[in-house]
Amino acid sequence: MVLGIDIGSSSSKAVIINAQLEILGKAVFNTGAGTQGPEKAVLAALREAGISREEIKFSVVTGYGRMTYDKADKQITEITCHARGAAHMVPSARTVIDIGGQDAKVIRLDKDGKVENFVMNEKCAAGTGRFLEVMARILDCSIGNLSSLSENASEEIIISNTCTVFAESEVISQLSSGAKRENVAQGAHKSVAKRVAGLGNRLGLTPDVVMTGGVALNKGVVAALEKEIGQKITVVENPQIVGAIGAALYALEMAS
Amino acid sequence: MDKNISSKQVLNDMISRHYAEALEAKKSGELVAWATSIVPQELLETMDIKVVYPENHAAVLGARKDAPVFLQNAENNGYSNDLCSYARVNIGYANLKESAAGNIPMPDFIFCCNNICNTVIKWYENLARELRIPMILIDTPFNHTFDVPEHSVKYIREQFNHAIGQLEQITGKKFDHDRLKEVMKISTETARLWKKATALAAAQPSPFNGFDLFNYMAVIVCMRGKQEGLDLFKFWAEELQEKIDCGEGPWKDQPEKYRVMWDGIACWPHLADTSKILRKNGINLITSTYPDSWTIVYDSDDLDAMARAYSSNYANRNLAYGTGNIVQIVKDFSLDGIIYHSNRSCKLMDFRQYEVQRQVHEQTGVASVIFDGDQTDPGAFSLAQYETRIQALMEMMEQRRNERLSRR
Repeated sequence: MVLGIDIGSSSSKAVIINAQLEILGKAVFNTGAGTQGPEKAVLAALREAGISREEIKFSVVTGYGRMTYDKADKQITEITCHARGAAHMVPSARTVIDIGGQDAKVIRLDKDGKVENFVMNEKCAAGTGRFLEVMARILDCSIGNLSSLSENASEEIIISNTCTVFAESEVISQLSSGAKRENVAQGAHKSVAKRVAGLGNRLGLTPDVVMTGGVALNKGVVAALEKEIGQKITVVENPQIVGAIGAALYALEMAS
Repeated sequence: MDKNISSKQVLNDMISRHYAEALEAKKSGELVAWATSIVPQELLETMDIKVVYPENHAAVLGARKDAPVFLQNAENNGYSNDLCSYARVNIGYANLKESAAGNIPMPDFIFCCNNICNTVIKWYENLARELRIPMILIDTPFNHTFDVPEHSVKYIREQFNHAIGQLEQITGKKFDHDRLKEVMKISTETARLWKKATALAAAQPSPFNGFDLFNYMAVIVCMRGKQEGLDLFKFWAEELQEKIDCGEGPWKDQPEKYRVMWDGIACWPHLADTSKILRKNGINLITSTYPDSWTIVYDSDDLDAMARAYSSNYANRNLAYGTGNIVQIVKDFSLDGIIYHSNRSCKLMDFRQYEVQRQVHEQTGVASVIFDGDQTDPGAFSLAQYETRIQALMEMMEQRRNERLSRR
């Protein structure tokens, strides 16, 4: 049995698989690098798998917090791990869109599911989970409810600022001018979608397009993104753990 | 040249002397020019005028972590944070005139050539205006055609003639055309030797890493027309050849695993970090598009040849040239990858970078990555993001290499 750990900026994920590629344990904690989150995720995954740490033959860590986590045997970037995880779950995938807490990336895969090229957001929070968190806070709703809030949108609202801080004040001013929360929520999704579509179009979006990462749980963003890129997007089951699955697959390869 | 010391020591001495002599010259009443980095310095050298290069000085202040105070000063005086950081550092320096990281004498006139970018025109115009000194401008139109068109050559040559007149007026001396031919000869030879030395990185393993390249670059920028510049590159090339003959790579303690090119200017304030992360991943930066800008070689000793050469800087040439140049570098240096520095300061380089990356990938299939940074503004760079991108590049190169090996 091997372990894959994905330590993001806002969440920690762990996956345990066996040689038959079955997932024996998985866990997601909503605290990321620099917290107890990674340890909690690993323990929870071990508990679900019903095994002890000693039974893990090899472990690979990925994500923003990979550098500072010293309990894994190897560290690999989230680009390579998300690609591997997505290609494993959807063999026809040629493009992976991963939107996490602080970055957004679009990865092009070759026919064997290996990374051919990738682009990532510039070093700002536009088009990432953090942008949505800020928007959810202003709209006084949980990040998990942002999508359902946007379903009741009746009018299109455009958030023109890409800078998260400026967008925050733009939205506050729209709300104080009477804009409906539902419309603003949809506007926020559209803003993320436009930004990520920009990255994707730069790289070229070869079908099938698969989406991974926590933001893939937000149906509003997925719908907005599908509209922007004019393509169907496949969202895998448990999109948050795809990076950890990829890390576990590498761990399995390295263990043998 | 004393062979008991290394070329790197000679280089460091030369650069220190370059700045010390310029400061001394100013004190003793000699004329000092501030010039853009790829100016026809032959005209100044012929007139025996001391020249300092604000871009090189800004890079030095950046590398020695003293840029922020000058950046801030320029911004306090109304210059936008969106402007080139070399410009902001220099404009701040022109105001404060003192840096613990190294000083340059204030100019008596400005010598500007826009073959590197158009920001320099306004930057230098402002300096000339604020300091109330003359400015000589050589305007080199962008080459939309692959080669420099004849009408541009004529236009630039006439400006050289005009500049010579301006120089005679400023110095009160007659311009010596025979001396110009001599200087052009030395400059061409220096550039050839620079090219020869840097081309030795094609050896496997390369005898040096590109961060050396960025260091040696100071001499090709500042002392291209001087015999001592020529001697240094000759010495460096010999030194490198000896290393190649012994099979020595860039590092004593680890092998060169991957060979990459760096597109654009270095991140001077983060030079050590950017270098260490490459080394940690076994990546040797062996060449770059940028230092080759100073391979100014003349096909004859007249002003037309000089006009053609100065207009041929890659930043002044079209997309087909920019792409073709990198494709050739990938082949000549057997590269595994390319690192594109998306430099916040350099809108000119950024403007076509994505398209160059796309076309080079299409033609070579070589792995590449773009990261965000800045040449001298330390705030426009994230180390963690750089590291992730470099590591991902290494993983892509590793995977391609493994695939190649498994096919054999």
